[in-house]
Amino acid sequence: MGNPQGFIEFARITPERRPVTERIHDWNEVYKEFPEDQLKVQASRCMDCGIPFCNQGCPLGNIIPDWNDLVYRGRWSEAIKRLHATNNFPEFTGRVCPAPCEGSCVLGINSDPVTIKQVEVTIIEEAFKNGWVMPAPPKIRTGKKVAVIGSGPAGLAAAAQLNHAGHWVSVFERADRIGGLLRYGIPEFKMEKSILDRRLEIMSTEGIAFQTNANVGVNVSVDVLRQTFDAIVLAGGATLPRDLPIPGRDLDGIHFAMDYLPLQNKRCEGDAIPDEQFITAKDKRVVIIGGGDTGADCLGTAHRQGATSVVQFELLPKPPKDRAYDNPWPNWPNIFRTSSAHEEGGEREYSVLTKSFTGENGKVKQLHAVQVEFVDEGGRKVMKEVPGSGFTLEADLVLLAMGFLGPERKGMLDQLGVAINERGNVITNEEKMTSVPGIFAAGDMARGQSLVVWAIREGRQAARFIDKYLMGSTDLP
Amino acid sequence: MYPGIPEKQGLYDPQFEHDSCGVGFIVDMHGRKSHTIVRNALQVLINLEHRGAKGCEVNTGDGAGITMQVPDKFLRAEAQKLGITLPEVGRYGVGMVFLPRDPQSRLLCEELFASAATRSGQKVLGWRDVPTDNSQIGNSAKAVEPVFRQVFVEAAPNVNRVAFEQKLYLIRRRAENAVAASKIKDANYFYLSSLSCNTIVYKGMLSAEQMDTYFPDLKNPQIESALAVVHQRFSTNTFPSWPLAHPFRYVSHNGEINTLRGNINWMKARERQFKSDIYGEDVKDLLPVLNEAGSDSAILDNALEMLVMCGRSLPHAVMMLIPEAWDGHLTMTDDKKAFYEYHSCLMEPWDGPASIVFTDGHRIGAVLDRNGLRPSRYYVLKDDTVVMASEVGVLDVEPQDIVMKGRLQPGKIFLIDTEQGRIIDDAELKKKIAAEKPYRAWLSQHMIRIADLPPARQLPEPDHETVLLRQQMFGYTHEDLKILMAPMARAGEEAIGSMGTDTPLAVLSDRAPSLFSYFKQMFAQVTNPPLDAIREELVTSMSTALGPERNLLKVEPQSCRMIKILSPVMDNSDLARLKEIQREGFKTVTLSMTYRVSEGGAGLRRAMAHLCKEADDAIRDGATILILSDRSANWQMAPIPSLLATSGVHHHLVREGTRTKATMIVETGEAREVHHYCLLIGYGASAINPYLAFETLDDMIRQDMLLIEYRKAINYYIKAVNKGVLKVMSKMGISTLQSYRGAQIFEAIGLNQEFVNTYFTNTPSRISGVGIDEIAEEVAARHGHAYPERPVLTPELDWGGQYQWRAEGEYHMYNPETIHRLQYSTRTNNYRIFKEYTALMDSTSQKLCTLRGLLEFKYADQPVPLDEIESVESIMKRFATGAMSFGSISKEAHETLAIAMNRIGGKSNTGEGGEDPARFVPDANGDRRSSAIKQVASGRFGVTSQYLVSAQELQIKMAQGAKPGEGGQLPGHKVDSVIARVRHSTPGVGLISPPPHHDIYSIEDLAQLIYDLKNSNPRARISVKLVSEVGVGTIAAGVAKAHADVVLISGDSGGTGASPVTSIKHAGIPWELGLAETHQVLVMNDLRSRIVVQTDGQLKTGRDVMVAALLGGEEFGFATSALVVTGCIMMRVCHLNTCPVGVATQDPLLRAKFTGKPEHVVNYFRMIAEEVREWMSKLGFRSVNEMIGRMDRLDIKKAVDHWKAKKLDLSPMLQMPKVPSTVGTRKMQEQDHGLAKALDNSLIELAKDSLESRRSTEIYLPIRNANRTVGTMLGAEVTRRFGGEGLPHDTIRISFKGSAGQSFGAFVPNGISMTLEGDANDYFGKGLSGGRLVVFPPAKASFNAEENIIVGNVALYGATGGEAFIRGVGGERFAVRNSGATAVVEGVGDHGCEYMTRGLVVVIGRTGRNFAAGMSGGVAYVLDEEGDFDQRCNFEMVDVESFADAAEEKSVHNLIERHAKLTGSARATRILKDWNLYGDKFRKIMPLEYRRVLEAAAAKASAGIQAGH
Repeated sequence: MGNPQGFIEFARITPERRPVTERIHDWNEVYKEFPEDQLKVQASRCMDCGIPFCNQGCPLGNIIPDWNDLVYRGRWSEAIKRLHATNNFPEFTGRVCPAPCEGSCVLGINSDPVTIKQVEVTIIEEAFKNGWVMPAPPKIRTGKKVAVIGSGPAGLAAAAQLNHAGHWVSVFERADRIGGLLRYGIPEFKMEKSILDRRLEIMSTEGIAFQTNANVGVNVSVDVLRQTFDAIVLAGGATLPRDLPIPGRDLDGIHFAMDYLPLQNKRCEGDAIPDEQFITAKDKRVVIIGGGDTGADCLGTAHRQGATSVVQFELLPKPPKDRAYDNPWPNWPNIFRTSSAHEEGGEREYSVLTKSFTGENGKVKQLHAVQVEFVDEGGRKVMKEVPGSGFTLEADLVLLAMGFLGPERKGMLDQLGVAINERGNVITNEEKMTSVPGIFAAGDMARGQSLVVWAIREGRQAARFIDKYLMGSTDLP
Repeated sequence: MYPGIPEKQGLYDPQFEHDSCGVGFIVDMHGRKSHTIVRNALQVLINLEHRGAKGCEVNTGDGAGITMQVPDKFLRAEAQKLGITLPEVGRYGVGMVFLPRDPQSRLLCEELFASAATRSGQKVLGWRDVPTDNSQIGNSAKAVEPVFRQVFVEAAPNVNRVAFEQKLYLIRRRAENAVAASKIKDANYFYLSSLSCNTIVYKGMLSAEQMDTYFPDLKNPQIESALAVVHQRFSTNTFPSWPLAHPFRYVSHNGEINTLRGNINWMKARERQFKSDIYGEDVKDLLPVLNEAGSDSAILDNALEMLVMCGRSLPHAVMMLIPEAWDGHLTMTDDKKAFYEYHSCLMEPWDGPASIVFTDGHRIGAVLDRNGLRPSRYYVLKDDTVVMASEVGVLDVEPQDIVMKGRLQPGKIFLIDTEQGRIIDDAELKKKIAAEKPYRAWLSQHMIRIADLPPARQLPEPDHETVLLRQQMFGYTHEDLKILMAPMARAGEEAIGSMGTDTPLAVLSDRAPSLFSYFKQMFAQVTNPPLDAIREELVTSMSTALGPERNLLKVEPQSCRMIKILSPVMDNSDLARLKEIQREGFKTVTLSMTYRVSEGGAGLRRAMAHLCKEADDAIRDGATILILSDRSANWQMAPIPSLLATSGVHHHLVREGTRTKATMIVETGEAREVHHYCLLIGYGASAINPYLAFETLDDMIRQDMLLIEYRKAINYYIKAVNKGVLKVMSKMGISTLQSYRGAQIFEAIGLNQEFVNTYFTNTPSRISGVGIDEIAEEVAARHGHAYPERPVLTPELDWGGQYQWRAEGEYHMYNPETIHRLQYSTRTNNYRIFKEYTALMDSTSQKLCTLRGLLEFKYADQPVPLDEIESVESIMKRFATGAMSFGSISKEAHETLAIAMNRIGGKSNTGEGGEDPARFVPDANGDRRSSAIKQVASGRFGVTSQYLVSAQELQIKMAQGAKPGEGGQLPGHKVDSVIARVRHSTPGVGLISPPPHHDIYSIEDLAQLIYDLKNSNPRARISVKLVSEVGVGTIAAGVAKAHADVVLISGDSGGTGASPVTSIKHAGIPWELGLAETHQVLVMNDLRSRIVVQTDGQLKTGRDVMVAALLGGEEFGFATSALVVTGCIMMRVCHLNTCPVGVATQDPLLRAKFTGKPEHVVNYFRMIAEEVREWMSKLGFRSVNEMIGRMDRLDIKKAVDHWKAKKLDLSPMLQMPKVPSTVGTRKMQEQDHGLAKALDNSLIELAKDSLESRRSTEIYLPIRNANRTVGTMLGAEVTRRFGGEGLPHDTIRISFKGSAGQSFGAFVPNGISMTLEGDANDYFGKGLSGGRLVVFPPAKASFNAEENIIVGNVALYGATGGEAFIRGVGGERFAVRNSGATAVVEGVGDHGCEYMTRGLVVVIGRTGRNFAAGMSGGVAYVLDEEGDFDQRCNFEMVDVESFADAAEEKSVHNLIERHAKLTGSARATRILKDWNLYGDKFRKIMPLEYRRVLEAAAAKASAGIQAGH
């Protein structure tokens, strides 16, 4: 550790965001560059703990203290090696991960945690800038073939690892572009898609075959897949959105977030999408139901599209400013946060339950909701409506961002016959194999909706067990 | 094995028995024989009684004996009665024979003896029954009492007296071997305590006063001798063994040979090369030279005897075995140095603390080891009698009869030749011996330094491409580079770490640990002291000589044909020189230590056999240097673990008897950390070339991981290894590398017996474990890492995770999951989460982190209802928190623990940093911040009378789990002004506590300290803290015999605020083993019921407490877990002062972040106790007492499917000794501390007025050496009544006359003034706490006070205040760790003012060497009359200057004036009179740091004054 006193001497500083007035007029990423010397100072705040809780907090097990130290000492080329050893795509997580590592950073016990995520993204960007991220095709090919279904973070991570192990990997993606949620779920202003393309190009060069518009179970036969490949990874995500079955739900102008966001991403990619197919917030009063990250993505997108007003509803109460008593370090801090999108406008309403929609001409015009509270009943928190708290809100566009229920069962999963648990997710054993031998599952498809970082971890684990399945042993981490 | 000593059983192994003692002799210089000498000698023995011990029976002593000249007059008369006419003196030998009680056996033994005599050409004249009276001896001694007979052997006409003595030796060896080889019943009773025409030894399992009743011979006035040696034994056990009483045939020994195992092995190797002019062919009948059934002293005696019988003079042989420290000696004469250097080519030193008395009947002498770690004082009397003993005052002598009082000095021989009728001075004696042969010329001709060899033509090229590959093959990790190697190469120091280790033992680890990790370093505790290699470096040597040894018995120039190297770590160029050597007498052969990895364990076994055979062949072909090399390892051939190869070949060659024909050097990529080097050397390597470590450093430099030039890095690295190895050696009290080599001071954990017997012969390994197949599998795993079948991703080093937790690294018990749950549950008092915590811990424990995890409980058929079980409150009284000093942890953390423990009736522990007196007063809310346990450690920081008096328990810390054998260290940045005040030291100056307690060099010293502390606070129980290692049970038995009330067995994994990482990881063993052994051995000795057994070392859960109780623990200590409860998150930066949660830091900003509360700690212990109750219910116990030592309720886990763990055999841990049911298995009776007999009882009575009404008192009393620790109990009374300030000066004035016993005036507080007319023994003024001590010789004395020793060693140790005026010379280590007292003395021995932190010392005479070593505060003034003081001063931390100004000079003058007034000192008077002459000769010794701080304070003060204007 370069500077044992770093955390005492320096305060946490994170990169600035571009001015709101500027950024809501474009789709570019919101963060400004962070000067290298400042970043080194931030890295020096790392205490190189005897027990780095961040290492545990990170689902990937990123060895954060090691690369913090390397960055502090300006050893960027080793830092990327150390980072890549546990994370295939630091440029993704460095941008979109909520950073549970920082939540568990020991410094966070009584101070502000280390800016781990910023260090991470800077390491990988330095590496790209310096040409250190080069295609590294495997030296030996095993001759085994693996199909990866789904090209989100889990599928890509599995593909990358399996390819490193020498297997021939084909990735099947039903959309027109590779990337899954990374491509169409995450708005451009959080991660520009060139970042994704840059990585995909390397992966192709390394020998991974990508097939788009390949919807397994629809236009790609499950049987052919099974015959062609020695193993299959299911990484199709948890794409079934949670609906809000209340009166007025079938009115026009009420959309799932995941119907709304991809369209804008496609336009950003330059696709010509006719206006009638496009969902826009322009000049609309927008209500987003769901207080999570997807809701915030909708928020930022709506503002950029020119919404008149945006309100975001959350069912749960407003989280506290600081950790609650029952939410101790190193658990994920359940506190009030302001994302870049929140900074850009809109209002957040907490403890709100939407009761019905009403409209005119089949188009949504109002939303009717009520305040709720959570009451302790025999150790369980039970939701109660607050009498007389009902209210109505004008709304031209309602976006449902209430999470996902699990993978789509129809089609591929049904045809493969893999067992599904009561929560709707594909069942896997501790080696990531489904009930069907040779078929593995990873990411949201197996674990339910989660973070990108978990998806990458799942993909890596699946790859490891597939390698072991195919070869009898594995050296994959 | 001699009768009386039990067989190896359970965890007990008789080879770890220790003993120590008091020793003395009396001689008439002119050889005039008298019975008085014998009587006086026996009186000396009685007066040394307190140095011996008794076992479970008061009437069974540990052994006593006497050596004297053959009492011809007496024997002649006795023989005549039997019809035997003895020839003239010198023409007959007498044997003192121990025989079996069975008459038949006895006869057979006697026959074998007679035939041995006949075979040797001498004749047995007859036998005499030695009358004995066993009516007073204890039953256990009686049970194995031999029959004593004396045998008379007549010299054949053609042999002279010297040759006859040699024949007698041959007869004895032949007889011993014949009896041993016979099938005679009870043959093990046969023993000759002496067989000589010069001396005879009477000894037995007796106490001192039983000697002449048991042997009525001794009372017979016809028994006459001109000299007599006596010895009183203190053994750690209660097992009676008659032969192991001293004296032996030549020596009596007070001490311990630390290097014994190596000495034995080397002797075995050497004896096969013996050729003797004296014995010719018969020499083989002398073998084996050493009788391994003997004690270390007996074996040393064997070696000495052999050297003398084969032609060397007695002092010459002593100089060979126990050389003084010559290597780094600046002023030693060259002849003498050459003598030692030459002989170092023949034999390694027998190293360890020793005061050895030796005699051959004409000459009698004594020698101290190079460290002078045993006291030996002598008087020369007017009638030319010399009395020497461990103490003064052992014989009543009138002062006017004394010519001189002296002490033995380190490494010096004190010899009296009765034929010449005089004392032969050490210098004269050695000069003569050194001049007998032209040693220097021989050395110049034959011995070369390695640099003298021509440079090699070929040096191996570094190969950077494959460094990573090879690092992987040898199991390197990132941590090895970052944590271990970088600091070594950067600063020449081994890395410091903190907190304990919580990773699995090697045998439980799945991460292919290296073979090195299966070995644990052993260390000295109690029975021998560790060395202080840093402050007392002058006694150490890391140099060694390479080349073949020649015949030990022949003196020839070629014996020193050797190549000298200064460090065991050899760089590539030196190794290459050796490989290419072309010189007479040298031939190097390199053997490949690799094997075909695909062949697995069988292949490795074959490769080892092949390697041994190759070594044999090479030696047969004349090789004198064997290089074992793994450089040729490749994708097919894996390296044989270098330790396996080294030790395997070493032991093979020892067995072949060819070991000394060649030197072994190891060229390996494996060695990188200190522990590795220690092991390779400890198992026989002379030098190591760690080529891959060098390349790794080179690579690190290339990668900017090290910003230092390559050559420098290598040099630093080598330096760090040397320092590290030296430190490990010194932990065992070994000072030279040569003695450490092959001494195998290690214990293996988890290796099976066959493997150990074959390759690591005689290494203790008690719970079996893996063998060569598993070791091969681990080699293959590492090799496979480097050469995977299918390369995946970029090759990377493994993370490691040994030192810092890593998600993918080694298991740690403390990890994010467990720490979080522990903190959360105790903060919210949530038992459900707490159970999650303990479930995780217990399962991790079972997931192979600990031995206790491998045990399971035997449940009761019917659980006991919880409400019938002992309460939580009652159980909590058995809990203690560990010793963590205020200094290492913050005030907040320290007081939080103290308050919590006081609330629950448990005990917190001060650690060794003292305690702020403010804490002795309860808080307003009733909380008490004073720790119940006050620790007394080697640094004695803040150990004042008040500190002692305010304790409930006084704990003597002998060792610490994280770093046994080492002192503590508190870095300067943690010493703020408060800590400095409490510790009586200087702010900002780092504090090091010495590795040994300077008042404990042996078990009888410990008994003395226990006695001192009991006197200092008779209400406190006295506890002794030991650390688990093989043999700890034996030591605990000694501790029980030394009257401790509690013994604490700490595990190896305990925490530390700062310690070298090698110690944290590799020293000591788990508490489970130590505790079980302790319980077993205490029960075997029937000592268990006298002492409370406590254990600690990573106890974390209720289950841990249960296992500890069932293994024999009664009280339980928690340290790390309690700290975690207060907020510690195992940052492991305690040594950096940057603890981010305010626990282990003194930085006010960080301390403010401390959030721990006493409530949390209370919650923790309540929940632990609750959990214990739940377990008790399941096991069917209602009270803790019922379950103590119930090993039978533990079982070895049946379902262990781990491939390595399943090979362990834990049954020795669970084996209860078979003893009668009357033997107690928990503490049931109080120790008798003997305070009732203390002189202080009278003092307290006489000083009643002062104690009750502060009136002044004057007392006059005689005193003698048996009056120990005088003044201390009185002092305790004063402090108890009047607090830390004591009474006004001189309130109680006491005058004594006589020789005071040890610890005169210890801890005496303000208000007591003690004057002693006479002299005093060791530890004079120990811990002086404000009182005044004055000592001067009797008025009638005719000797010159200023030239004679008047107080013993280690005076004023740890004094915190007060004054001492000493008219005469003090011993070694005068005022060591003084932290506040003022003293005037007229001369001191070596290491004066060592480690001093405060106070003032004026020496108006000569000092010994190494003055002011480690002195960081206070001031000393030395009168340097000869102007050579600089040579004897250690300048590492001090400057030597003159008086700064007249005021300073005046103050010293005044002090000397007082000295003159109080002591009547002639010397002081002379100096004062001629102040003009002497004043300028005073040198002021000023610690550099102290001056810096004083100057800063002065600057601040003057700035303050200016600002005020």
